[in-house]
Formats: sequence, C-alpha cells, structure tokens
Amino acid sequence: MSKVATFEIDYTRILDPQGRVVGDLPAFAHDPAVLADLYRAMVLTRAFDAKAVALQRTGRLGTFASSLGQEAVAVGLGAAMAATDVLLPSFREQGAQFLRGVTMTELLLYWGGDERGSDFAGPRQDFPICVPVGTHGPHAAGVALAFQLRGEARAAVCVIGDGATSRGDVYEAMNFAGVRKLPLVFVVNNNGWAISVPRARQSAAETLAQKAVAAGFPGEQVDGNDVIAVRAALEEALARARAGGGPTLVEALTYRLSDHTTADDATRYRDDAEVSARWKEEPLTRLRAYLVEAGSWGKEDEEALLADCDGQVEAAVEAYLATAPLPPSAMFDHLHAELPRELEAQRQALMRTLDEEDPSP
Amino acid sequence: MSEITLVEAVRLALARAMSEDDGVLVLGEDVGADGGVFRATEDLFERFGAERVIDLPLSESLFAGLAVGLGAQGFRPVIEFQFMGFIYPAIDQVLNHAGRLRNRTRGRLTCPMVIRAPYGGGIHAPEHHSESTEALFAQIPGIRVVIPSSPARAYGLLLAAIRDPDPVVFLEPKRIYRALKETVEDDGKAAPLDACFVLREGTDLTLVSWGAMIKETVAAADALAADGVEAEVIDVATLKPLDMTTILQSVERSGRCVIVHEAALACGVGAEIAARLADEGLTSLLAPVRRVAGYDTVMPLPRLEAHYLPSTARIVAAAREILEFA
Repeated sequence: MSKVATFEIDYTRILDPQGRVVGDLPAFAHDPAVLADLYRAMVLTRAFDAKAVALQRTGRLGTFASSLGQEAVAVGLGAAMAATDVLLPSFREQGAQFLRGVTMTELLLYWGGDERGSDFAGPRQDFPICVPVGTHGPHAAGVALAFQLRGEARAAVCVIGDGATSRGDVYEAMNFAGVRKLPLVFVVNNNGWAISVPRARQSAAETLAQKAVAAGFPGEQVDGNDVIAVRAALEEALARARAGGGPTLVEALTYRLSDHTTADDATRYRDDAEVSARWKEEPLTRLRAYLVEAGSWGKEDEEALLADCDGQVEAAVEAYLATAPLPPSAMFDHLHAELPRELEAQRQALMRTLDEEDPSP
Repeated sequence: MSEITLVEAVRLALARAMSEDDGVLVLGEDVGADGGVFRATEDLFERFGAERVIDLPLSESLFAGLAVGLGAQGFRPVIEFQFMGFIYPAIDQVLNHAGRLRNRTRGRLTCPMVIRAPYGGGIHAPEHHSESTEALFAQIPGIRVVIPSSPARAYGLLLAAIRDPDPVVFLEPKRIYRALKETVEDDGKAAPLDACFVLREGTDLTLVSWGAMIKETVAAADALAADGVEAEVIDVATLKPLDMTTILQSVERSGRCVIVHEAALACGVGAEIAARLADEGLTSLLAPVRRVAGYDTVMPLPRLEAHYLPSTARIVAAAREILEFA
C-alpha cells in the first residue's frame, strides 16, 4: 500500500482574544491608522446591526440578520478586496458591503422590503444579498469565469456560512472553480450555527476548509474574530486568484452571538453559558486592547467614534424611513427589459384596482 | 440555402449568433469535441475554440447558476442540458435567481441566457428521457419559455432567444430533431418571440399546439379537411408569455378549439389557454374547449409511450366531438 494523497490545513491567528500578538503581523498591521480604520468599520457595523434589530423590534424593519460577533470576517474581507473585485455575499456580510460602498440606507431598504435596496449606487457589479443558502456559489463561478475569459486581473468572492458547505450547488461551484482554476475566493463565515444546527451536526469533516482539498485547491482556517488574520489571509488569496493562481477557500472561525435572525430565538436550542464564553473572544475588544496597548487609541477616540457611528446610523435610518414606497406598478418595471404585451394587460389591471380604491384615507 | 433538419437549424443559429457576438458562449456536458449528444453543437468547438464552447463537469445546478454569473458580467451564455429529465436541479437557479435578478436589483444586474434542452417522448429513450414538463417553467416569472416546431422556426426563435436581454428556456422537440427537412436561409433574421404562428388557416375549428405535437395536429387538420372541415392550426411557440390575442382572434372566427400537448393534462399550458378562452372568449365559443394531452400518469417506458402521446386519431376524435356539439 502507498499513500497517493495527503493534506494539511493551516490555521492562522495573529491577535489573541486579549489583543496580544501571537503571530506574524502583516505589513498593513504596522500602520496604526490602518488598524484604527478596521476597528472603526467593525464598530460601525455593530452599531448598524443594533439599530436594525431595534427597528425590527419596533415594527419599522422586516426580518433582519445581525452580524454581532462576526464583524471581523466581513470587515477583514471588505478591506482585503479591490474595488474591481466582485462580492457575492450571503446575508451577514454588511461590514464588507459598507466598505465596498453599499450604503446603510440601501441595506435598510432591502430588509425593509424594498427592491431599491439591492440597486447599489456604489459597487454596481456586486451581487445582492443571497437568501437561498449557497445558491450564489454558481453565480460566483460565472462571474469568475467571465474575468478569466476576458483576461482581467479581478477576483470574485463568494461568502457562505458553515451550513452552506453541506449543499450540493456549493460543491458544484467549488469543483468547477478547481477544474478551471477560476479567480474565485470562497469565504466560509463559520459562526458555528446554521440556525439551530451546530457545526458538529453539519459535517463530520474536521475542518470545512478541507472541502477545498476535494475540489483541488487550497483551503485554510483563520481566526475569524481576528480582523488582522482575516484580512491578511484574504489579501493573499485574492492576490493569488487575480494572478491566475486559482481559487482558495478561507474558513473563518467565528461565533454568532446573536439569534440567527430577528425571527429566531436561539435560547430554544443554545446554552447561555456557551454564548457568554464566546463573548470573551469577540473581535472588537481584542483589536481595541491592542490599539490601546500600542498607544494608538484612547478614551476620547472611542467616545468620538461611538458618537460618529450613532450619527451615521441615525442619518441612514432617517433616509430609509423618509423613502416612500415605490408605486405598486413598479413590480412590472423590471420584470423584463421590455414588458411583454401580455403583462402590460396585467399592469393595466393593477392600475385599475388603484383607481377604484378610495383615495381618501 | 439548403434543406436542413431541426437539430441542424439549432446548430446553424448557434454558429450564427457566435459569429455575430463574441459574448455568446456555448456551455454544457459534452458540447465540445463530442458536439453534444444530439450533435446540436457539432463543429462549434473546432470553429470557435475551447474558450467559447466550454465543456462543464456533470453538475446541472451549476449550469444555470454559472449562466447567471456570466450573464450579469455581460456574456450571453447558451447552456445545453442533455435531456429535460436532468434539468430539474436547475429549476432552483431559474426560479430563485435567473427570473428575478433584473427585478430584485431594479435593472442593475441582468442575466441574458438561453437554457436549451431536448424534451418530449416518442424516441424510445430510456427512463427519465421522455417527459414534457414545460409547464414547470411557464409558471416562473421573468423568463420566457419557447418551443420551436420546425427547422425554420428553430433557427429564427433561437436567434431571438440568444439576442433577448433576459433568460429564455428553449425546449427542443427531439422527436422531430431529424423527422423533417426545411429550407432555412442563414440570414440572421430572428423570428418574433411572444407570438403564435398560424400555420394553416381555417374557420371551422381552431387547433392549438406546439413542439413535436404540431406534426400530429397538422395531420389531424389534413384528415378533417378530407371531410370538408377547415381547421386553423396555431403553433403557440412562445408558451410564456402567451400570445392569447392570436388564439382569441382565431376562436372568434371558428367558435371551436382543441388544444394539443404531450405534457400531462392537469395544470398544463393547455389549462391556461382553456381558462383564458373561458374568460375572454366565452361569447365566441360554440362548444366546450377540449384538451388532448398526455395523461396525469408517470410517462410510461417506451413499450407504452405511444399510448401516452396524443395521436392524430385522438385529436381528430376530439375535433369531431366538438364539431357535433350543438
């Protein structure tokens, strides 16, 4: 008998939960201003999430998925990507979307039930949030194939959760990405829970990163609560992808401190003790501790940042709440490039029901 | 100008579209050097190369999702599914994404694409190779469902489908892939989408059908003509969106209608046409609308499939019944 294949999965952590450097700091991390920006982006994301949950609880927003505790995955990703790359997010990557120019107002419109929330004024080629889990894997392969066929030095990034790695179409996308050496980076935002199903019952694989090995490309793990490690790993994977080196899967190990969405109650299936323990590893505290220790962050900075984030979020909420709904006929506007005659009749029928309704309140 | 079969017309349209527009890609299983299991893509690989004619791993869900990504990036992918029986994993992508990407981004992202698949029975194929499930797709908003019934219409409709800025499911009647030849000029002229074709004029009865069943439907019209009954034959061609105007105008003249399809009866596209006739054409109708269709059974294996598929005799019998209705 002889061995025909072996594999190893690397794990990278640079800042430990106490903010101590336990790995090699990448070049960008030597600039305190860069790290402060990453911290600001994470704090803003947390402020946005808290406000969005509050809006939902008071009936002013639909179901919402908070990224509480997972901010480092999205912010590290958003910082690593180039403007010309394309992001295909799942539904918990708001931190990355904000860094790419998606506005808080747009995401509030989306979760508030308005299609205009996915008509991003900023990153025009980025895909909208993908609700059917993992179904955007094949889209990312298509975007990456487009880059490859045109010979462009761009990469597509597909973010999926731990649950999505069990899905067939995610594997189909990974398999094809391997075959074609596509410029595609898969980020597994592994928060330990697929609604109520824990990671251990999702897959018997030791790591989710090793699923890339079956598809013929490298997979690695990073501490997903360490924004420096996340950004460093993704910058490297993206550079390799843009240079023709093929796909990479980066499994970011994090933890969902929130409910799955506002429609979920995690106390039904998850011990409070587990959540409390995980609060000690969350991503903001460790980076702040590091910055404070390095003399790059103080109490005034923190206070100013919190006030600034509140101001930004409040302004976005105001703009969202002030946006009147589209007229009902808007559902016909973008069904096809040109509305087929048959559907024009249905549009007219809708318009007639509006005329018949009593216009007075 | 030469006489060609329907499958050759498909190939001719693909080659035409690929030479006109570098963004047109052909992707699927065995579409490359093999030229497709029905040879619909024969020689395209040699002519346009491996970057335009791309063999994919066996992963049907990927096919349609890949086309969404390519379409959003400005390509015009044409995806071949080997048989309709293997298309179902792709329904997720068509329903959840292809049909709604334009709307959910308010026109920011679009995905022009054509999903090609041979459908239908009558070629003594193995299990899962003979179903006719166009109605599954006809229910999905934001896509078109097109079925040609002759080489010339296959050429013109496929060109139109590829040039359309939105997703089109293009189902090819494999029973008549090589059953008839027709003169097709490679002039790059597209046939109109969203329009029925009146294949034969008549005022006694309207026969409505599409795809491979046009053959039996026209044969039924011939049989009826021998008895002095002039039947109008309408090839629906685009099942979604449906050109009811043409059908209603015909029934206004004839007062009688038989709808023929090989798909199962219940909730088939025939049910939609019949409902629309009841709704918008009631005062024209002189008799009940009849549907001659496959049964609501599992499509039988080849030994019994001829009993499942509507025959000319069944169409003629249905026509006679409603002609005698007083």
